[in-house]
This record gives sequence, C-alpha cells and structure tokens, in this order.
Amino acid sequence: MAVITYRDALNQALREELKRDPDVFLMGEEVAEYNGAYKVSRGMLEEFGPMRVVDTPIAELGFAGLGVGAAMVGLRPVIEMMTWNFALLAIDQIVNAAAKVRYMSGGQVGCPIVFRGPGGAALQLGAQHSQSFESWYAHVPGLKVVMPGTPADAKGLLKSAIRDDNPVVFIEGEMLYNTKGEVPDGEYTTPLGVAEIKRPGADVTLVCHAKTVTVALKAAEQLAGEGVDAEVVDLRTIRPLDTETVLSSVARTHRCVVVEEGWPFAGIGAQLVDTVQREIFDELDAPILRVTAADVPMPYNKLLERAAKADVPKVVSAVKQVLYLEASA
Amino acid sequence: MATTVVMEALSPTMEEGRLVEWKKQEGDKVAVGDVIAEVETDKAVMELVARAAGTLLKQVVAAGATVPVSNPVAIIGEPGEATDAPGAPKPEPPKSEAPRAEAPKPDAAPASAGKTPSREGETGASAPAGSAAPAEVAAPAAAPAATPATAPSPARPAAGPGRPEPAPVPAAGAGNGGTRVKASPLARKIAADRGLDLQGVAGSGPAGRIVERDLANLSAQAAAQAGPAAVPAFVPAGSATPHEDVPLTQIRKTIARRLAQSIGPIPTFYLTTEIDMERVTEAREALNALGEGKVSFNDITMKATALALRQHRACNAWWQDDHIRYWNDVHLAMAVAVQDGLITPVIRYADQKSLRQIAAEAKDLAGRARDRRLKPDEYTGGTFSVSNLGMLDIDEFTAVINPPEAGILAIGRIAERAVVHDGELTSRRRMRVTMSCDHRVIDGATGAQFLKTLKAMLENPLALVW
Amino acid sequence: MAGTATKPARDRGVDPATAERLRTWLRQMLLIRHFEEKAGEAYSLGKIGGFCHLYIGQEALAVGTLSALRADDYVVSAYREHGQALARGMSPRAVMAELYGKATGCSRGKGGSMHLFDASLNFLGGHGIVGGQIPLGTGFAFAAKYRGTDQVSLCYFGEAAVNIGAFHESLNIAGLWKLPVIYVIENNGYGMGTAVSRSSAITDLYERAASYNMPGVVVDGQDVEKVKAATDAAVDRARRESAPTLMEIRTYRYVGHSMSDAAHGTYRTKEEVEEYRQRDPITVLERRMREAGLLDDAAMKALDAEVLAEVEDAVKFAEESPDPAPDELWTDVYAPERADAGENA
Repeated sequence: MAVITYRDALNQALREELKRDPDVFLMGEEVAEYNGAYKVSRGMLEEFGPMRVVDTPIAELGFAGLGVGAAMVGLRPVIEMMTWNFALLAIDQIVNAAAKVRYMSGGQVGCPIVFRGPGGAALQLGAQHSQSFESWYAHVPGLKVVMPGTPADAKGLLKSAIRDDNPVVFIEGEMLYNTKGEVPDGEYTTPLGVAEIKRPGADVTLVCHAKTVTVALKAAEQLAGEGVDAEVVDLRTIRPLDTETVLSSVARTHRCVVVEEGWPFAGIGAQLVDTVQREIFDELDAPILRVTAADVPMPYNKLLERAAKADVPKVVSAVKQVLYLEASA
Repeated sequence: MATTVVMEALSPTMEEGRLVEWKKQEGDKVAVGDVIAEVETDKAVMELVARAAGTLLKQVVAAGATVPVSNPVAIIGEPGEATDAPGAPKPEPPKSEAPRAEAPKPDAAPASAGKTPSREGETGASAPAGSAAPAEVAAPAAAPAATPATAPSPARPAAGPGRPEPAPVPAAGAGNGGTRVKASPLARKIAADRGLDLQGVAGSGPAGRIVERDLANLSAQAAAQAGPAAVPAFVPAGSATPHEDVPLTQIRKTIARRLAQSIGPIPTFYLTTEIDMERVTEAREALNALGEGKVSFNDITMKATALALRQHRACNAWWQDDHIRYWNDVHLAMAVAVQDGLITPVIRYADQKSLRQIAAEAKDLAGRARDRRLKPDEYTGGTFSVSNLGMLDIDEFTAVINPPEAGILAIGRIAERAVVHDGELTSRRRMRVTMSCDHRVIDGATGAQFLKTLKAMLENPLALVW
Repeated sequence: MAGTATKPARDRGVDPATAERLRTWLRQMLLIRHFEEKAGEAYSLGKIGGFCHLYIGQEALAVGTLSALRADDYVVSAYREHGQALARGMSPRAVMAELYGKATGCSRGKGGSMHLFDASLNFLGGHGIVGGQIPLGTGFAFAAKYRGTDQVSLCYFGEAAVNIGAFHESLNIAGLWKLPVIYVIENNGYGMGTAVSRSSAITDLYERAASYNMPGVVVDGQDVEKVKAATDAAVDRARRESAPTLMEIRTYRYVGHSMSDAAHGTYRTKEEVEEYRQRDPITVLERRMREAGLLDDAAMKALDAEVLAEVEDAVKFAEESPDPAPDELWTDVYAPERADAGENA
C-alpha cells in the first residue's frame, strides 16, 4: 500500500477512469492548462489532450448544463466546480435537470454525471467561500451525494461515482487535499452508499463525514485516554445514507454524537437523529447530540473562525454529556 | 385484510416459545379470544389467543416448532386472501398488549382508575366515621386505549382464558400518583427485561433521569442483598370467567328494600367469632424458622380468609343495585393505615397465591401504601376486605364495609385468654374476628358459615392446603 | 379529390419532391393545429392539469426547422413543445396521453405537458426552467464533436430566454469551442405578458450573435419554406464546419402564453391578434399550394378531416388509457445498479 495525498488519490482515480472509458472527460475552470485550481488534475491535459480535459470560461451554469446535456446523450462527464460555493450558480442544472430527467422522461433519458470539487471551510476564506451544502443536495431525490474523508476513500469513491449511472455530487475538501493516507495498490473501487467504521468502540458512536472524520478520530483518541471508548462511523456517502451501519453501531453503544461541518438547521445530523431515534428508540440511553458549525456566516477573523467550527473539544464535551459525565448544555 | 399472528411474549422474560399444539386448523373460523395454539414458554404452557377474527388461513410454523417472540406463527384473514406470511404486514397489536419495551403495563391500568366509585381510601377500619382522605387521586395512567371496556373491573386485562397477566413490573411513568419516572428508553427496556422497578431508583441523569448505569448499580446492590430466594412471580390460572352477574330475585329485592329503609344505605349486621390460634402460632414459628422468609399472622389469616371465600362465594360479592356480582376469584383488600388515613391495597387472586407470595405482596403493598406510591389499579377492585388492628392491641372491633363489596373482616389481637379447652381451664392464644355483612347480599347464616370455615382453617392449619 | 381542374404540378413550377414536401408540411401543421385546439379543449374540461402552453400560430416554425434535421440529430426545447414533439415524429397518441398524465404517455405520465421526451427520436425534452435547456442543447453538440460525428443539435427557446444567464454562458461556450448547435429563438413577440421591447435592450435579437462569434439570422416564421431554407443553411454550417448559428424566427401565437393567460385584452389587443391571423402559417402554405395547383377545397377538406380524425383518435386513446400504477411513484428516480458495480475495495 502506498501512502499518498488525498489530492493524488483523486488524480489517480481520474486518470484511471479516463483511461478505462473513452466517454469520461473532465471539464471545469482551470482544470487543463493550470493543472487544476487545487492541482487535482495535474498532468492530465498532457496525458489526455484538450478534448478530454477541458478548460471552461467562468460560467458554472453553462458548463454544468453542458455536462448534463452530454450525459443525457451518453457521455460520462466529470464537471469540476472550483468550489461548491460557486456551484450555487449551477444549481438549477444540477437540481432541475440532472436530478430529474430520468424521472420526467419516464426512464428514457439518464444522466451519468459527476459534479466534483471542494466544499466546506478552509482557513479565513470568509463567508462566501466556506460553505457546506451537502444537505442541500442530499435533500434532492435523483442525486447521490458522496463525501470521502480519506485518500483511500477519495480514490475508490470517485471511481465508483464516475461509473455510477446517476448524477453524483462529489464533495471534497480543500483542507483534505494535503492529508495523507494509505491507498490500496492496483485497481479497486469503493461502493457508494456504504459507511465505514473507522474506529470500533463500545461506549458511544460518533457519526461523521469528510473533514469531521479526523475531528472524530482525534476526539476518540483523547476520550480513550479518559476511559471512554468511542466508535467512529464515517458515512462516506450522504445519499443514499447507510442507515444500517449507523443503527447497528448505536444499537450497540446506546449513545450517539453526530459531527458535521455544516450548519445545524436541517443539516445531515438532523436527518440522522430522526433515523436513529425513530428506528432504535429503545436503545438510546441519552438524546442524540450534534456538533456542527455555528449557525452564522463564516467570519474572517482567525479566532472567530475557529470558534465557529466543529472541533475536538466540542465533540469530547458532547460525548461526555451523553455519557452523563458532564451536565447537558 | 389478513393479519399476522405473532409469537407473543407470554411472560416478560420470554424470548421464544415452542408451539406445542395447534388448537385451530387451517380453514377454521376464529373469533377474537379463541385459543389458536398452546405455547410452551420459559415458565409454563400458555394459550395463544386470537386477537383478530376471521379464518385461520395459514399455520406458518408446524407444531413443535420453536419461534422467537414477534415472529409470525399464523395468518388470519378472509378465505382467498394472500398469505405471504413472514412479510405480511404486521397488524398493529392493540397497543395495550404490546409486549415489553414501552412503558409496559399502563395498558393494564386503564379504566378503573377513577371510575370505580368511592374506592380511594374510603375504608374505615376505625370506628370513628372519619373517612380517610383518599390517597392521591392518580390521574388515570396516560395509557394508550386500553383493552378492558367494562367499567369497574379488576384492572387486569380481561383477556381470554388462561391469559397470564403481564408480570407485575410497574410501568415506570404510568400514573403512579402523578409523578412520572424519567428514564432513558434503554433504561426502561432494561428494567422491563429484568423485572426491575424503576420507582425509587435514583437517576443520575439530568433532572433525575434514570440511565443505564443507574440500573447496573441497582442490580449489583440487589445481588449483594440477596437474602431468601426471590419470591417467584405469580401467574394465576385464572377462572374461566372472572365473575357472574345474577339478577335480583324477588326475595332479594324485598330484603334490600326493607332493610335499607330500616338501617341505612347498607343494611349491615355483625358476626363475631373467637378463633383458637395455638396451632397457627406453632406452625408459624416453625415456618419462619426455616429461614426462607417471614410470614405474619395477618398473612396467614388473609390466606385463610381468601380460601374460605372461595368456598363461600356468596360472601365474595358486590352489590350492584339491580344485580349482585359474585366473584369467582378472590381479590382481597387489606386495610393499611397511612399517615392521615387509610387505604386498602388489593392482593389479587389471594386464594391462589401461596403464603409466601401473599406475605411478600402484603409487605410490598403496605410499604408502598405508606409511601403513597400505589397505583390506582392496586387499590381498586377488591372483592372482600380485611382489617387488622391486632397490632394496636384491639381485642375486637367492627369495620365498615367498602361498597360495592359485601363484607369486611375485622381482626383483633391474638391474646392469651383463659378458656375451657378439652374440659380444662387453661390459657390459650385466641383471636376474635368480626365480620360486617351487607344484608342485601349476605344473610346471617351465610356469613356464619363462612366464619365457621375460616375458624376451622385457622384452628387446623393444614386445612389451608386441603 | 386529386387532379380536378388543375394543371399538372410540373407545369406550375413545382417539382414532385417539393410538392411532396409541401403536402407533408401541410399535414404536419394541420396536425399540430388540431392537436393544440383539442388540447386546449381538454384543458378547459379539466382533463389536462397544470400548465399547458399551446403552439397555435407557430406551426411553421417547428415544421420548417425540424424538416431540416436527420434522425440522429438532437432536439431540445422549452415547455411550449407539443408542436416540436409532433413535428419530430412523436405519435399524437403518446403526446396526448402524456398531457392526460396516463401511463401510456411518452413519459409514462410523470412528465406532463412541459416534459415530453422520446429518446428514440432524440427528442430530449420538454424543460420547464426558462433557458434551462440551452446549456443542454450545447452539451449535445459538444458530445457530437467529442465523438467526432457530424450530428447537430437544435435548441429552441423563447425570445425572453435571450436575457437569462444560461443563454449567454451557452452561446459563449458554443462560439468559443465551435460547437455544432443551432440556437433557435422562437420570437412570438411576448415573454409571457411582456413584449420584447420591454425586456430586451436590443429588439433585433439575432444581433446578439455578434457577441458570441457566430452568425445571427432573422427569419419569417410564418412561411414554412423560408424557415426550412434558413435552417438548412444553419444545419449545413454545423455539420460541415462544426459551427453554431443563432436564428431568430419571428412568429406569433394567437393564444395566451398558457391556458391561464388571456389571448388578448391584457397585454395585446384583439385587433393585433386578428391582424396576425392574416399571416397564419397554414393559410400561407395553403395559398402557396393552391397557387401551385397542389391543393383544392376538396383536398383540403379531406386532409383536414383525416387529421382531425387522427387527433380525435389520440384523445380517445388518452381518455381510455389507465393512470400509472401507484408504485410508479417510486420508479426511475435512480438508474438501476450496474452489473459491474460490484467491484469493491
């Protein structure tokens, strides 16, 4: 197994899939000559040429829709959004066209497309460049929403997303691109819709995805030092949600804390809370708590930004509350 | 629409049942309450009763099969309906019967709370008219629509024959005098599974919520304190029908009318007898010396009373204005003095329970009565009452009948008295009991015969098991 | 009856192939006309629900443009697309049944008037967001270029859509990358209730093509032959040069924007509507054909009756077709799992 960055894992996935299937192409701003705004597509123009690695003008709606059209007639586009903040401009094509043509056409026309790019916050990028919209897309029937938190998952999931015949919203993270991890050698894919227990435990279940996977793992480590054994479940795919893994975990540990990067109102955690309390009410020894971003636009100031994010101390505190080691907030 | 019959938890600890024998075959008509099959549980052989009417379309498992609780065993529906068994939509079991998990027993609680007239605490064991303040009028348990429809009825499900009552695990949070127990769903489940009482458990969660670890501590303590072997849970083999209503005959009507005119609402008369308690005393000492638990004189007297009532059904009855209800089971109400009055918790099926069970239950009920933690269904539905002032050195007294019951037995102290016994003047332990009878229901001879039986049992204790 | 008191067509300067074409177009336009009239009727009777945007008065536009295409070319439109659907070759039965929401509709009753699809005819909808289909049409052209075929993409939209972002982004990309797409502005003078002059900074909309490095042409949309000729040129350019064109085809609709909109009295006068009826595309073609001796009263009457019968058959079919089964609610939300999706890490 090699240890590579999340970025390189994505790069490998893209290359492998473009090689494997001539219908796959990558399109977006700066993906070709610039080698990618975040260098995810480094070297690909060279390998595949300008017809398959395509630079676009700044016109998210236009090229996202172009991608949807191409997918409708059988190509398999990978449309890069420089960040998911900008994808708001393209959201009409993602939600009104990509997600719906199959249904509206009575099954005649599909849309095997991947929209990918970094979402969530980085460091001091300000309110318009720090947003997490997975719950917006996860809300829409017809879309799949995938969010890898590790290099191995990034590669395996992107390959699966490209091969999936449905429109997939694939949200990466700027802060994840440099993280390193073991990635299996050789050809492999990771199935969509399957969560993974990143750390088994007995006392509490931490449900997380993307950037909060690291937060949860760090919190688990700290908690272990205090005698609390936390299980970390990485959702990996938001829609379809692997409720089975989550439920079986909480049924064992009896306590659950959700850690997510997005805002609290109607976020992913809200969905999880509904599922868990509804399905395994009797297994709960405490209410389910969520650790989320603060319910504010992201501030610029470094300290304020830190306070606005879901972090290890918040997770540890939440765990202690559900274990009644600490008074509830 | 076809309904699926599932293996029910016929005892609170049951996890699977062995279907011993099918009592209905495929194609048989089934009415609600019919016995469909016999099931062997972890405790006994029980009857599985139909909750839906129709035709037994399919026996999903064969006789002899062992089936986990909640798994399908049969389909009932209209002939011709599809019977894709295991997937068949589970009918909502009438919530009242939902096994375990949720606050279990409020379903059993139901109707009687507050409906049975003048039940709460209106017992007067003491002569002064002062009626006790009722124990807290509990809000009828916020229970889902409960089964029993008939108003004053013993608050146990009037479900079919042989249907064991859900074990007396007090439902946390079910109308226990208005204070709801806060416990996490998991804690409730564990309590239900283990037959633990959440009442009185100290909760370490916010606002006193009982959580899993509180029960872990509890079990540990309980284990540490384990003394005599736990009293086995009682499972009555109930009567085929709990009661029988007999319309008044002309003579009854006449007596009632005339006596009511002369004496008051309840024409009462009193019968006293003195019972020799020597043998009971010896037997009791010997029993207690076995170290398997203690039994009191009152326990023994109550048992004897219950058994005697079984033989004299006429005394085990309710006056119901236009009919008399003769109870086939004995639910004995025992008067307990509480801080500012009196309350009569009921020992159900007292005639069937063992001395040990009665002793345990009496102690528990009395304790909780004093702590004001009785639930409405625990102090209602008695068929006969007893009141004992012996511990207060009263030789004899007359107790006031608790309507709609027809009788009450007032028990005095056991005193060493000079009597002539076997022709010789000697000192023997003697106890006087006075029975108050509602003349509309019980005649002099009837009451006297009951007392005679009672006396014979207590003077010959083996008669209790005769 | 054919051939009564007319000189042979050749003598009138119309060769048989053209004559045939004209007859075909007349029939198609009549079909659209009668179909739309029936649809309007059905809508007022509550048989068709939701939105219903009728094409009455614009028939020559659809017929003329689509007759310039091959079967393997791509077509996409907005929500006033019954005319294009029929002209492309979709069966009146399938379209009417879809308007009725029946299981036999082209989209199985799940699309409705605004979402007619027929993948086998490369008719790719039917889209409800103004301008939403313009990037899609651009994408079809991209796919053709990507694959190296000479397919073209025909993309219809109303004249109000030229003001929306999607229009500009798409045309810029098409002009920049030289995509084989023909953008067709169906200019019927009004975006819903707003005249072009009140919504567009320039009213000669084809001039916007200049911003995107492509030719812009304007065409009289009431004359099917002119429409066809102009489209031929654009298609040719797309096929041979892989270059886009912006066509502004000026037409008129007699009816309101949709069934919820009045034909006149709010944003246009009755007189105006009446004036345009003089330029009814069917009338225009009819006149042309009569002058060429290709049509007489009897033939017209017979054709009309034939078409009407076909439309009435479609209505009957729609009436008698079943609603979709209840669990159709859940189908086609996602693509079925692929057989090769099983490879795992």
